[in-house]
Amino acid sequence: MALSGAVLPWASAATAVVLAVGVYLALIASPPDYQQGETVRMMYVHVPSAWLASAGYGAMALSCAVGLIWRHPLAFASAKAMAPLGAAFTFLALVTGSLWGKPMWGAYWVWDARLTSVLVLFFIYIGYIALWEVIEDFGRAARATSILCLAGAANLPVIRFSVDWWNTLHQPASVARMDGPTMHSSILTPLLVMAVGFTLLFVVLTLVRTRTEIMQRRARALEMTRAGLA
Amino acid sequence: MAEYFAMGGYAGFVWSAYGLTALVVGGLIVWSIRGQAQAKARVAALEAGRATDE
Repeated sequence: MALSGAVLPWASAATAVVLAVGVYLALIASPPDYQQGETVRMMYVHVPSAWLASAGYGAMALSCAVGLIWRHPLAFASAKAMAPLGAAFTFLALVTGSLWGKPMWGAYWVWDARLTSVLVLFFIYIGYIALWEVIEDFGRAARATSILCLAGAANLPVIRFSVDWWNTLHQPASVARMDGPTMHSSILTPLLVMAVGFTLLFVVLTLVRTRTEIMQRRARALEMTRAGLA
Repeated sequence: MAEYFAMGGYAGFVWSAYGLTALVVGGLIVWSIRGQAQAKARVAALEAGRATDE
């Protein structure tokens, strides 16, 4: 708690700076693509959102696993804190992808393996959040949601390899490849800066929300003692 | 300038994508900070021994 409190202002400032530089590079300094023209600029918000949709889920699943194994409430609280963030970025990945799909593919949506598996990821996030809401007891809710979260993690490799396993309209990986990125640095640099900015934002908001979660638990405990005394 | 905002004829798609992203990211920031402020106030009120309506 104390550590996250000390780190937060600095991390927030760093996030703001990286995002500002990222937006400048993405919208002004980078050139239009030789095939896609100006529409390539949508990639700088689409790809970082999609990255956090999966990586955020990975972090959440890891947190859930830690919670289940070591029974640490902090792990459950941080997983719960991450869920709405991951869901929001999954939503952004879907919608910005759709806005990019229309001019490039001629359709807002296709039932392609990549798009469908990301839509499934979005529903898993929603299910996880809903399950926290319906179970009142923290311990029971933490266990049930974590099991759901870990089961849902099976979808992550499906998303990652969907573009290789099936014939998709979505392009295959061009950054995280064994033989290195296949993009020119004029486009790769703004993309990486934006991805770092989005990731920092995710971390900062996770810290804020985990602290909130702990304060709420403390408030509930205080109310319990008060009710016991009355 | 007008040419820049036209985004090669794809202004609607490009600016919608950025606008929506800004809206969602801004919303997440405001929502998370407000949630924290509310939780802080709730704990402070309880610790001060005052009754809360929740």
